[in-house]
Amino acid sequence: MSRERILIVEDEPNIVLSLEFLLAQHGYEVVVARDGEEALAAVEARPPALVLLDVMLPGIDGYEVCRRLREQPELTHLKIILLTARGRDAERLRGLEQGADLYVTKPFSTRELIATIAGCLGGSPP
Amino acid sequence: MWSTGATVAIALAYVALLFFIAWRGDRQAAAGRNPLASPWIYALSLAVYCTAWTFYGSVGRAATDGYGFLPIYLGPTLACALGWVVYRKILRIAKIERLTSIADFLASRFGKSAFLGAVVAVVAVVGTVPYIALQLKAVATSFQLLLARDGPSALSYEQLSLSAAAVLALFAILFGTRSVDLTEQHAGLVLAIAFESLVKLVAFLAVGLFVVFGLYEGFGDLFARAAADPALAAMLSRQGASEGAWAWMTFLSLLAFWFLPRQFQVGIVENVDERHLSTSAWLLPLYLLVINVFVLPIALAGRMSPATAGASGDTFVLLLPLSADRAELAVLVFLGGLSAATSMVIVESLAISNMVANDLVLPVLLQRSGSVGGDFRQPLLISRRLAIVAVLLLGHLYAISAGVGASLISIGLVSFAAVAQLAPATLGGLYWAGATRRGALAGLIGGFAVWAYTLPLPSLVATGRLPASFLSEGPLGLSWLRPHALFGLDGLDPLSHSLTWSLLVNVVAFVGVSSLAAPGPVEERQARRFVDVFRYRGEVEVPVWSADAPVASLRALLSRFLGEERTERALQAWADEQGVDLDHMGQAHPELIAFAERLLAGTTGAASARVALASVAQEKTLDVGEVVELLDETSRVIAASRELAEKSQELETASAELRRVNEQLRELDRLKDDFLSTMAHELRTPLTAIRAFAEILHDNPELDTEKRSEFLRVIAKENERLSRLIHDLLDLARLEGKEERMVAEPVDLAEVVADGVAALDQLAASRGVEIEVTAPMGLPPVAGDRDRLIQVVINLVSNAVRFCPAATGHVAVSVQRRRGELLLGVEDNGPGVPPTEREAIFEKFRQIARPVSGRQAGTGLGLAITRRIVARHGGRIWVEDAAEGGALFLVSLPTRAADAPQPIPLLLGA
Repeated sequence: MSRERILIVEDEPNIVLSLEFLLAQHGYEVVVARDGEEALAAVEARPPALVLLDVMLPGIDGYEVCRRLREQPELTHLKIILLTARGRDAERLRGLEQGADLYVTKPFSTRELIATIAGCLGGSPP
Repeated sequence: MWSTGATVAIALAYVALLFFIAWRGDRQAAAGRNPLASPWIYALSLAVYCTAWTFYGSVGRAATDGYGFLPIYLGPTLACALGWVVYRKILRIAKIERLTSIADFLASRFGKSAFLGAVVAVVAVVGTVPYIALQLKAVATSFQLLLARDGPSALSYEQLSLSAAAVLALFAILFGTRSVDLTEQHAGLVLAIAFESLVKLVAFLAVGLFVVFGLYEGFGDLFARAAADPALAAMLSRQGASEGAWAWMTFLSLLAFWFLPRQFQVGIVENVDERHLSTSAWLLPLYLLVINVFVLPIALAGRMSPATAGASGDTFVLLLPLSADRAELAVLVFLGGLSAATSMVIVESLAISNMVANDLVLPVLLQRSGSVGGDFRQPLLISRRLAIVAVLLLGHLYAISAGVGASLISIGLVSFAAVAQLAPATLGGLYWAGATRRGALAGLIGGFAVWAYTLPLPSLVATGRLPASFLSEGPLGLSWLRPHALFGLDGLDPLSHSLTWSLLVNVVAFVGVSSLAAPGPVEERQARRFVDVFRYRGEVEVPVWSADAPVASLRALLSRFLGEERTERALQAWADEQGVDLDHMGQAHPELIAFAERLLAGTTGAASARVALASVAQEKTLDVGEVVELLDETSRVIAASRELAEKSQELETASAELRRVNEQLRELDRLKDDFLSTMAHELRTPLTAIRAFAEILHDNPELDTEKRSEFLRVIAKENERLSRLIHDLLDLARLEGKEERMVAEPVDLAEVVADGVAALDQLAASRGVEIEVTAPMGLPPVAGDRDRLIQVVINLVSNAVRFCPAATGHVAVSVQRRRGELLLGVEDNGPGVPPTEREAIFEKFRQIARPVSGRQAGTGLGLAITRRIVARHGGRIWVEDAAEGGALFLVSLPTRAADAPQPIPLLLGA
């Protein structure tokens, strides 16, 4: 079985670095996008199983990326987890409205994040 | 010189021009460009006061009396000065009550009395017919004089007078009686009158200039020669009539200016805007001054010229240019005189015809026809037109009768004295609520009788119709009844004598009879509406009519006077304004009846309107007490509702203010939320990395050393970033806080720049960026906090360095001196700031791009802090395009005097 692909969309290099390390360590194939445009292009090129999407992005923000991904019928199986440092309820709701599956606030516990991703993909990490 | 034909042609051409102007004026008014909207036209039309009497007669008077002509013009000047007080009140009342003549004014004031209106109309007719005759006489005489040099005129005096009367009647009928509604202004007619005022002024000035500078060598020469003539010198030093006569004449002409029918017509009825009074208040006196400047010089020149020897002074104006063979000037003078005469005749006959038709004819018509009968418009218009013809015919007859031997000015004064009889009732009616109809009638009739006995009657002696003994010994030998010395009052000139007695009798009768009995209910109501017009503003309506008139019969009544179309329009306008539906109103509201009454009054006069309405509606029999009560009640209600309106206005303002403040608070709240949310994000981002790597390190003890140290470096760097952020946040909070005091000491900006740049040497060197500094020597110091200013330099320069391309980066720092300030510039060759972001970048956490070097990211607060510091120094910061395409940040800082005292702690508000 091929490894499940996860797309990290995040503009903070050090957070990308930590996520890349964590996910690779847990056996996922990792792709990184630095902003929204790049993320959409990456999904189109080769849809991943899950997108770990930061909300505060330069250019089009995470909500918008989420909305556009959800508009595409062929991506119904794509899981989307929003990551944000803005922890207000209103924003959580907004994210879920745009079709995100889950919503994780920064700073996150690495173990919890991995468990969440695994749960989301329907199984224990590969 | 001029043939009869040519002169007639010129005169007719002039009259044709008048017709044309009047026609144009009416067309303009119909097209919505009313010429009467101009205060200048209003003021010039008031100069209808200057008749042929002014034009020819003033010189005649000056030729015998010296300065004696002057009071006649002092009066109107005084009237203009008092205009704002008295005249404005009459004007206001007339507009509210839709009054159409002085007779209408008095009738309306004293209980809408038809009888009083009729008496006033009679006084006006009797008083003005001689005056009109005087104008016709002037036209005919001047015409004859113009032709006299070429032998006897082909036209007799009688023919001339009659044709003048006929042409003027035609003009007045054409332009004055087109509409049945008298409150509608006669734009064309008034425009023509204003034009004539200009013509007579120009003509008189022309002849004056000719006499003074053509016949003589200026004023000095003329007066010197006159002084050399003993008779003239004596006349000039005599000061004309006695002081008493001067005062009387001034007072008399003041009253005339207000109450002469034609003055009431142009000044009140034709007025369209109260504010025009402020223009006429100076323009008319100026006009009178200018037209009188040459009166005395012309009179003196006439007395001295052999060509005018033995001629009447009244003819000097025309004879002087004629005798000098200045035909064209003579014609101009003739036209000036013609203007003066025609304008007066036209307006006077129009005003008189309105009174005659409304106050003498209409009451009879109404009584005869009662509530039945057809359309009244035709009979009304016809009676007005007939009245014009009749008045002019009377004037003509008077003019050709032997009675007009007297000089122009004396006929004029007799008329003035008659009109003066209207003054006590009018002025009393304006200010004294207790004045009654009976009092007004008694005063008017008494005064008029005395006037008739003491002024016109004695003139019959001169014509031989009464024996001379009537004057010298009194009627039937009763010496105390001598017309020029009543009750032995001797030693006054006839005019002063007549005025003294007639006005005395008038006032005493008016006041005395008024005091005998209280005014009736209608009188009381009208008294309030007149006397308190500024208080009630015409809003107070006492319901004197019972609501028992069917709307249909009201409509029918109005149609008879106004025509169906106008009636419908007016009623609809009223209904729209009141917000009622006329079709569903069976019985008319009392307010509607009152409105109908005023509407009708504009056509028929107040008295007739009341009589006409009485045929369809029942008048309430209120007693005086009830009227007063109702008035007070209504005015209280009005005051209360006005107060209420003011209060609700205030409330509305206050609630609008509240809404605005609330809006601001919401905005502030939103900004605060945004800031907190952004700040949370900024703080959590480094924390996220720190926590993630800490957990990774903890969970993976077997990691190789290289990875471990890399992750530890990340933790250290993010930790540093967090510290910087917290430091900047605290710094910004301090700068935004009100308490932060900044030291204000003289600071050398060049030194500050040097220090700031030095601190960044290492950063610049590490990025390969070159920093160039330009600061001239001897710059004035700025007052401020040295450390804070260094912070500004460091913030700006470090930003510049970080946004420059590595290796080829170039930053230029400069300080320039400008008027009253120093200008710090920091220029880079980086990507620049797009125009849309040039305000935003100074906001907190507003980064438009990440620095090229990710090694030391900014906190997003640097420029916000910088702007605060600059503002605290009274300066400004902004960004422009740099010459090389990068960004150019500019900071202006005000300079203080070099010898600023020792450091003062300043509370520099944000």
